[in-house]
Amino acid sequence: MDAMLHISTLHYLVLGAALFLLGVIGVLTRRNVVIVLMSIELILNAVNLNLVALSRYWQGMPARMGGGAGALHGQVFAIFVITDAAAEAAVGLGILIAFFRNKETVNIDEVNLLKW
Amino acid sequence: MNPIVAQNPPVATPFFFYLLAAAMIIGGILVITRKNAVHSALALITALLAQAGLYLMLYAPFVAAVQILLYAGGIMVLFLFVIMLISIERTMKERQFNSQWLIGIVAAAALGGLFITVFTKGKSLFPDGHFTYAESGNTQAVADLLYGPHTGMYMFSFEIASLLLLVAIIGAVVMAKKRI
Repeated sequence: MDAMLHISTLHYLVLGAALFLLGVIGVLTRRNVVIVLMSIELILNAVNLNLVALSRYWQGMPARMGGGAGALHGQVFAIFVITDAAAEAAVGLGILIAFFRNKETVNIDEVNLLKW
Repeated sequence: MNPIVAQNPPVATPFFFYLLAAAMIIGGILVITRKNAVHSALALITALLAQAGLYLMLYAPFVAAVQILLYAGGIMVLFLFVIMLISIERTMKERQFNSQWLIGIVAAAALGGLFITVFTKGKSLFPDGHFTYAESGNTQAVADLLYGPHTGMYMFSFEIASLLLLVAIIGAVVMAKKRI
């Protein structure tokens, strides 16, 4: 019960893992490309949550191991991941529009030109 | 080490953690199960806002603000625009899950088993370092890491990120052109 009530870094990591799994399931099982892209966003957010939680954990480490109040590398990386997510969403949705214009569908099973 | 203790220690941390975690998990489940893509986008916005709350609980107010402005405000608006550009009526009548859904679930379950193993065996690697830091200097500290003259070790990465955004803009414009 104490482990449930005392929120540690591990709680955030488990939540991040659960969100990552939800995103993986969405990517692997859905047919709608828009929802597949949203699942990728879920995956990136799970990674971001882990980064920020571990950044907080590292802040509590002793200064000789690189910790301290200024050890915010995880948060900086989270900002970079958000930048990547924006770029990925822009390009992915551009590809989606081109695909919809050519095939009149957003079904990912129709993307099979490279299939052997 | 001299941790800067917050003036007002957080209250009811477990309650808010579980509330926001439940909002995120339910939002994620709705994202991958809804038939209508607009409903999925709204559920994803809910999950992203709950995640911004979790960032606040982790003493990361700048990342929380970026999350709300960029993710919930920027990327999700882009998603909603694209959903309205494409016709969703036909998609909603079709089958929502592909034919490999069982294999996908099994693969995700294997990944989940891996996660459970790691988090149960490696629990001792993550002791509860519950140090509370005042969040007043957070934005300045992040900016020091990004642009500081002595501590700015991510300046080059920042420039690379701007180049990536330029490439993404050009790529998006080219892909959305009438004839490619």
